Amino acid sequence: MAEPFLIGEAMTGGYGGADILHACTIAVEKGQIAVIVGPNGAGKSTAMKAVFGMLRLRAGHVKLAGEDITALSPQARVAKGMGFVPQTHNIFTSMTVEENLEMGAFIRTDDFSDTLAQVYDLFPILKQKRLQPAGELSGGQRQQVAVGRALMTRPKVLMLDEPTAGVSPIVMDELFDRIIEVARTGISILMVEQNARQALEIADKGYVLVQGANRFTDTGKALLADPEVRRSFLGG
Amino acid sequence: MDILNALVVFLNFVFVPGLAYGAQLALGALGVTLIYGILRFSNFAHGDTMALGTMVTILFTWWFQSMGISFGVLPTALLALPIGIAVTALFVLGTDRVVYRFYRKQKAAPVILVMVSLGVMFVMNGIVRLIIGVDDQNFVDGSRFVIAAGDFREMTGLAEGLAIKTTQVVTVVTALVVMGLLFWFLQKTRTGKSMRAFSDNEDLALLSGINPDRVVAVTWIIAAALATIAGVLYGLDKSFRPFVYFQLLLPIFAAAIVGGLGSPLGAIAGGFLIAFSEVMVTYAWKKVVTYLVPESMAPEGLLQLMGTDYKFAVSFAILILVLIFMPTGLFKGKSV
Amino acid sequence: MTRNLALFGGVAALFILTGAFESWNLSLSILGIALLSAIMALGVNIQWGYAGLFNTGIMGFTALGGLAVVLVSARPVAEGWAAGGTGILLGLFLGAASIAAAIFAWNRMAPGRTRTLVTLAIGVAGFFLFRAVFDPAVVAVEAFNPATAGNLGGLGLPALVAWPVGGLLAAAAAWAIGKISLGLRSDYLAIATLGIAEIIVAVMKNEDWLARGVKNIIDLPRPWPVPYEVELQQSAAFVDWATRWGFDPVSASSIVVKLLYIALFTAVLLAVIWLSERALNSPWGRMMRAIRDNEVSSAAMGKDVKARHLQVFILGSAVVGIAGAMYTTIGGALLPGEYNPLRFTFLVWVMVIVGGSGNNWGAVLGGLLIGWLWLIVESLGPDVMRIMVAGLSEGPLKAHLIDSAQHMRLLTMGVILLLVLRFSPRGLIPEK
Repeated sequence: MAEPFLIGEAMTGGYGGADILHACTIAVEKGQIAVIVGPNGAGKSTAMKAVFGMLRLRAGHVKLAGEDITALSPQARVAKGMGFVPQTHNIFTSMTVEENLEMGAFIRTDDFSDTLAQVYDLFPILKQKRLQPAGELSGGQRQQVAVGRALMTRPKVLMLDEPTAGVSPIVMDELFDRIIEVARTGISILMVEQNARQALEIADKGYVLVQGANRFTDTGKALLADPEVRRSFLGG
Repeated sequence: MDILNALVVFLNFVFVPGLAYGAQLALGALGVTLIYGILRFSNFAHGDTMALGTMVTILFTWWFQSMGISFGVLPTALLALPIGIAVTALFVLGTDRVVYRFYRKQKAAPVILVMVSLGVMFVMNGIVRLIIGVDDQNFVDGSRFVIAAGDFREMTGLAEGLAIKTTQVVTVVTALVVMGLLFWFLQKTRTGKSMRAFSDNEDLALLSGINPDRVVAVTWIIAAALATIAGVLYGLDKSFRPFVYFQLLLPIFAAAIVGGLGSPLGAIAGGFLIAFSEVMVTYAWKKVVTYLVPESMAPEGLLQLMGTDYKFAVSFAILILVLIFMPTGLFKGKSV
Repeated sequence: MTRNLALFGGVAALFILTGAFESWNLSLSILGIALLSAIMALGVNIQWGYAGLFNTGIMGFTALGGLAVVLVSARPVAEGWAAGGTGILLGLFLGAASIAAAIFAWNRMAPGRTRTLVTLAIGVAGFFLFRAVFDPAVVAVEAFNPATAGNLGGLGLPALVAWPVGGLLAAAAAWAIGKISLGLRSDYLAIATLGIAEIIVAVMKNEDWLARGVKNIIDLPRPWPVPYEVELQQSAAFVDWATRWGFDPVSASSIVVKLLYIALFTAVLLAVIWLSERALNSPWGRMMRAIRDNEVSSAAMGKDVKARHLQVFILGSAVVGIAGAMYTTIGGALLPGEYNPLRFTFLVWVMVIVGGSGNNWGAVLGGLLIGWLWLIVESLGPDVMRIMVAGLSEGPLKAHLIDSAQHMRLLTMGVILLLVLRFSPRGLIPEK
């Protein structure tokens, strides 16, 4: 089997002090959606941050399209084609929606107007509100701005840290629809989700983490069908 | 009842001086607020940065004057101003490299940076006093008035004169141009937007690939330019004395806080608010009121709310009111 | 411990060398002021070292201490009191009462436009009432013999009484300013204190009825047991004693006076250190440091952070006020024009940072060391400069350089502060 497009392999490390991750492996194929779920404190966000280089690894490595990027800074990974949407503080609240998107494209030196148009196609509400300060938008719209900002670099892989935290179920469904649409354009998606059931439904691959280590790994469907996963992590 | 003369007195003694002073404070407060927004500390050396920039400008003005170079009706200092800005910018970039950068990399607490800025303040203060001394320096030249009081009386036939000094016009026009340029820069250019992004959300700005060193350097350059311009305009309008520039810290900080620290628009509003309050509270209203009320009711006292020696008390009182009632300022600056 | 003793020994050596090579008179007068600076540094260290509060209004609290000396120990001016004393007191009372009434209205009324208007109306009415009563009284007081008096004078009490009163005045000002600006971000306290200090000094410069403003008050009484030099020189016993030991009676008298002052100041200094060391090692001190190191978790544990900060701010300011009163006493005169923030606020900060913030002995060491450096440059700087530029030919540059020795020390202080902050941020004697 060929190596996945993006893989964090046997990652071990933490924020100084004790290790949080223990030989944890996370991967995503081209154009697919991979979801990390697990109980609180399982190291889900930490695993994602490790893949993005916000955490020093003691062991293991991260590879993007076959290239070892373990030593690169997050900024350098952005330049390599990774986009990251943090869980909170993920927009510039005092700047307009359009300026947020422009800042997303800051490292690009070419003309990014078609990317801007694509983002507006994907999130029509943003086009309508493009001159409003992003801080004035609703929670779901802010998340769209955050995702749109990360898309502006035309990343090959998009990493989302709990994109649906704190939004209503209706907005959550809409966000998941949009994420599927993004994946259809060929962008790989790696996301951490608290709403495990809904997330696994759209996932090509699911990772269940417990205490910083892989517990179950399978397709989203298979995990949803697995009685043990259902009992322990999906509430029956 | 003589509204016209009352209005002229008001314009002459309150509005025009207040407008010029407000423009000077607003430029000073803009520098403070930008540094606060991007570098996240209150720069106590700002008053002395103004003094340093003004001193350099004065030295070059004198040199130009000795060479016989002048700027017609305008003050020669305006020709020397770009040099003053350049030298000051180099100086503050140097202090950033030698002093502030270390603490930024360490992510030191803001209060440590404030303390460090005290050290820089001492150094700048010493340099200025060492080079130009502590005395009053007058460096204004060119024509003195745009409209002299006598001419105004002749033109209008009113009893009261309205004098508009060249320096006042220069101040207001320069301030408007500078503010316009600054807002254009912050709103429309890529670098300006990246500065706003950095001030808004530093982590996300770094994630977006914005180069923090560049943002910081541009901020220092702009702050140096604003400080020098504010200082030179103040010096032209009044006079240059290093200690007075140090004392300007209080109204400037008050203006920046009243407007909301980190908000450029707030700094401008705050500057004018502080300036007009200061002028109006310390002005003796006797003349204006005498024109407005019937002769029998003419006031005997000066109708001055406070002596001019207490002008700092005015900015301080406004500052206190804002701290009590709206700690984030009029334009919602950063609170904590 | 040895290191600390060596540091204090080094500072002592500076004073001894000054005495041996310059004059003992100079060395002792520097020591007197340096001791006062050390007490101020202790006060600031209580605020900064124990609680992380950044006070940039030290000058104001010093000046209030000086004012207390005039109010307590200057001769009363009976004519001034008769002319307008009651008017001034009544005016001040009305002013204070209307502020209190406005605060009362604001606190008691329901929020809304009426509340704002009523509060504002009380404030404005109170201001005009205050001016109506106060202004004529001031004119009357200042009219009496303006060349030598023109003020109300003090209570004529002993100078030693004025020192604690200076502390009380400073504490009252600290209470007001702390009540408003503590609990907000740290920069706000810095800016508010910077402002209050300027205003205190402005009041003292301009309100002639209070302490004659910039016309100054001189001939303030000396504290027990310090005699006047003239008295000593006229005392046969003293002249006898001096000549027996081979001293010149005139310089001996001046040295004895200075030594007595130094003894008094040292007593106060040791008392302040003893009290603050006790406080630092008490449960209260441990709580203060816990709050300083982690405000959030201390607040979560139910500590009233703002109230503790207010306490510490008042205490530190009171210590500064006491030192300010002593400063005016040793000078024998209140000179409001002399209060300069660089000297009375920021120099004290250099002392605290250099000495070691959070450590009382560090603050004292910093006070003595920086105090010595500052004053020795003041008296010897021009001479040293003259020697340094001796090679230059006579001319405006040389004259300018000799004149500018005074400014060089500002530069030096800045560089010292920056170097210590960078390379030894915990100071010469770090916190334990």
